[in-house]
Amino acid sequence: MLEATDLHVEFPGRGGNRARAVDGVNLSVGAGEIVALVGESGCGKTTLARTLLGLERPTSGRVAYDGAPLSYTGRALRAFRRQVQLVLQDPMGSLNPRHTVYEAVAEGPRIHGLPDEESVVASALARAGLRPPERFFQRYPHELSGGQRQRVVIAGALALDPKVLIADEPVASLDASVRGEILALLLRLRDDLGLSALVVTHDLGLAWNIADRVAVMYLGRIVESGPTEDVLTNPQHPYTQALLSVLPESPNRIVLTGEPPDPTRVPAGCRFHPRCQLVAQGNGTAACGTQPLPILPAGTAVQVACHVAAP
Amino acid sequence: MSTVAWVRRKRAAGRFWTDFRKQRAGVAGLVILAAAVVLALIAPLFIDAGVTNVVSGTGAKLAPPSPADPLGTDESGRSVLLMIWWGSRTSLLIGFLAALLSMVIGTVLGIAAGHFRGWVGAVILRITDWFLVLPSLVTALVLAAILGGSTATIIVAIGVTSWPSTARLIRAQTLAVEARPYIERSLALGAGHWHITTRHVLPNVAPLLLASTTLEVASAIVTESTLAFLGVSANKTSWGTMLRGSYDWGAATAGAWWYILVPGLCIVTVVMAFTLCGRALETVLNPRLRTRAHA
Amino acid sequence: MLELDELTVKYRIAGGEVPAVRGVSLSVPAGEALGLAGESGSGKSSVALALLRLLPRSADVGGRVLLDGEDVLSMRWGRLRAVRWSSASIVFQGAQHGLNPVRRIGDQIAEPLLVHKLASGAVADRRVQELLSQVGLPAWRARSYPHELSGGQRQRVMIAMALACEPQLIIADEPTTALDLMVQAQVLTLIRRLIADHGISLLMISHDLSVLADVCDRLAVMYAGRLVEVGPSSGEFRHPYSQALAAAFPTVGDPASRLAPRGLAGDPPDPQQLPGGCAFHPRCPVALETCATSDVQLRASGAGRTAACVLVGE
Repeated sequence: MLEATDLHVEFPGRGGNRARAVDGVNLSVGAGEIVALVGESGCGKTTLARTLLGLERPTSGRVAYDGAPLSYTGRALRAFRRQVQLVLQDPMGSLNPRHTVYEAVAEGPRIHGLPDEESVVASALARAGLRPPERFFQRYPHELSGGQRQRVVIAGALALDPKVLIADEPVASLDASVRGEILALLLRLRDDLGLSALVVTHDLGLAWNIADRVAVMYLGRIVESGPTEDVLTNPQHPYTQALLSVLPESPNRIVLTGEPPDPTRVPAGCRFHPRCQLVAQGNGTAACGTQPLPILPAGTAVQVACHVAAP
Repeated sequence: MSTVAWVRRKRAAGRFWTDFRKQRAGVAGLVILAAAVVLALIAPLFIDAGVTNVVSGTGAKLAPPSPADPLGTDESGRSVLLMIWWGSRTSLLIGFLAALLSMVIGTVLGIAAGHFRGWVGAVILRITDWFLVLPSLVTALVLAAILGGSTATIIVAIGVTSWPSTARLIRAQTLAVEARPYIERSLALGAGHWHITTRHVLPNVAPLLLASTTLEVASAIVTESTLAFLGVSANKTSWGTMLRGSYDWGAATAGAWWYILVPGLCIVTVVMAFTLCGRALETVLNPRLRTRAHA
Repeated sequence: MLELDELTVKYRIAGGEVPAVRGVSLSVPAGEALGLAGESGSGKSSVALALLRLLPRSADVGGRVLLDGEDVLSMRWGRLRAVRWSSASIVFQGAQHGLNPVRRIGDQIAEPLLVHKLASGAVADRRVQELLSQVGLPAWRARSYPHELSGGQRQRVMIAMALACEPQLIIADEPTTALDLMVQAQVLTLIRRLIADHGISLLMISHDLSVLADVCDRLAVMYAGRLVEVGPSSGEFRHPYSQALAAAFPTVGDPASRLAPRGLAGDPPDPQQLPGGCAFHPRCPVALETCATSDVQLRASGAGRTAACVLVGE
């Protein structure tokens, strides 16, 4: 349904260098599937999500919806927005504190001139789990709890009847006991409405909970992707292996040294090789430091971008 | 709009009034303002413009306060009380309209400067800065002199020179509002420039604007009086013109203190009332916004 | 080392008071690490701040806080200032805001040394270098400003500051929230190593039970201002709330949690409007009728474990 082909997004960085936030990505989200985009901060996952939404224009490559490439004219973008919607991380910041719940959810339908506003709002709130919806119409965001606010944001996205939801850390600022409800809601929306979702997160547990497929990003590229069971129980790429190994319950810790490098200075060869534990142990190959890896295609099978794992 | 929005408006207005009532100084200012406006409006029921006619002065020239003329007379024998009363219409009118003009220009340009990035915003900002640096009184004087001193031109002169500070304030607030995530959400929902500026930026900017405008009115009244005192205004009478008159006709040396004091006191009282009101509005509207969002 | 005896914290607000902490009793022996888990409104941050009397004036603190035998709450001001940071220090939540943006890192780490007159001048500089190397930062970083460091590095600076006066107890309030997985692992490894090397007691506060279980020997779970479970970090949770909290962070690879996110209905309670009886009963999946009316205290339930639930215990 939603597809990114050979996407590159660059920003002017500090000191004149270009920051390659997204450095060649092929990604697709199919109908009725939930894809988790996993990575640390600075890997470009948020930029990728925003580009898929049309909020950011790619430097090269294209975004396509339902086969048709996205054109950035006002009209085309508005039509696109009815199909692909956004749920942000911070529900308190995502809602205008001076607007009531009703106004927040009605904003989308009003912009697009949808008829029968009140029933659209009521049904969106009900689908997001806030029942009875009328009780919430006059409330303000600060009167609601964190979980309820996130439901309002989700309702606002649902009011346009989209086919794809892009959620950026949807439960990161919510209490632990409330996370399960919101995640269950996303799963229910997929089952009942056939909604696809791209969930951007750094939380592998979340991916395990609700994602059908996982794509691991590092420094602007996807380094491993595939069905969740495969990627998270049998990781091939050393970066994925390291991430999984530092989860609290795992036995062998591979703690990588240093921090994710700057997108303005992408290492030569395999971009992960300076931190790679295999290279550090001497198990890398000659190609690791010299030969760059090809961009992974957007398939559903397991794929890895690593000289050692897939030479 | 639907009943939902109407209910919300009524509730918000009720809450606002409860908070405002607690600001004693602001309520005092409001009462004084209301009295001044009412008096100005009902003036035609008791007197008419003829009171300013130099010929119609019945009292002795520069006579001290007496039962016939409670606030004394001016140099043409006209009652100072009646002149003040009639003059309040001009002063208040010019004050309100000039402030309104300044607010409208300032808001439009301020929001535009904050909302449009790139060269559009930069150009507007530079224009604002240029006007900001211009000495406002001198410019107003020049404009009034060129355009003639009628009420309309005075209003334009004051409005055109006092909008920059409002614009800067509004621009800063616009930038702050647009940095918040709900603006991005709005963009993702498909909003265009008009929607974002009118439905998100403007309501968030409005409280600041309201408070700033009240203070602006006070300043406009003072400027009008200054312009009239400096002889630029062609008004038959306003408080500033009366002060001018008192100066021209040597009221100070003649000992006619009522001629100077009364118009001066009127200006001070009204300006003070506007200031108290404006400050109270700021207190009520801004921290409420903060405590709301604090949750 | 640290002992809390029926600690209560009430905040005075217009129109009443908010009972943030309603009677917490804990002990952390020397050299041990205790994890305090809870969500928003549980009162855990209030406990942390109460330990060194860092709460605002509008807070009424009751009970006793015994630091090495001395009651912090009844200390004189001078003694309190001496105790702060030299006996017990805090690593605050949100390292971004804990550092002064216009002063260099080295000066900020040296500040507790200067305040407590433990060192100055060249001696202080050497100590700063030593601390930086202990937390794994290069020595030249002492001349950097906070904005030049990443989130993980800033958190390490906060830890270095906490170690400056060689305290016997460190209170870490959400030290790894908002950090990436890998950086979180680095910081936790660092904390574990430091407390082992120096024999420091640790009270770590977090909403993430798995992180706490990793670092701490014992765990205490708070809900609505009270403890609902205390026990060793290895081993099963007995209280329904602790179980739900643990289930919120599923183990990757566990088929039971695949496509089955578990959470609790409702929201953490508002301290001003606590439910009657057991505060957890509206959200409890196994609540009985009596739970709505009768409150429960901590009772023994297994080896070294106590839980405040009618359904556990002998």
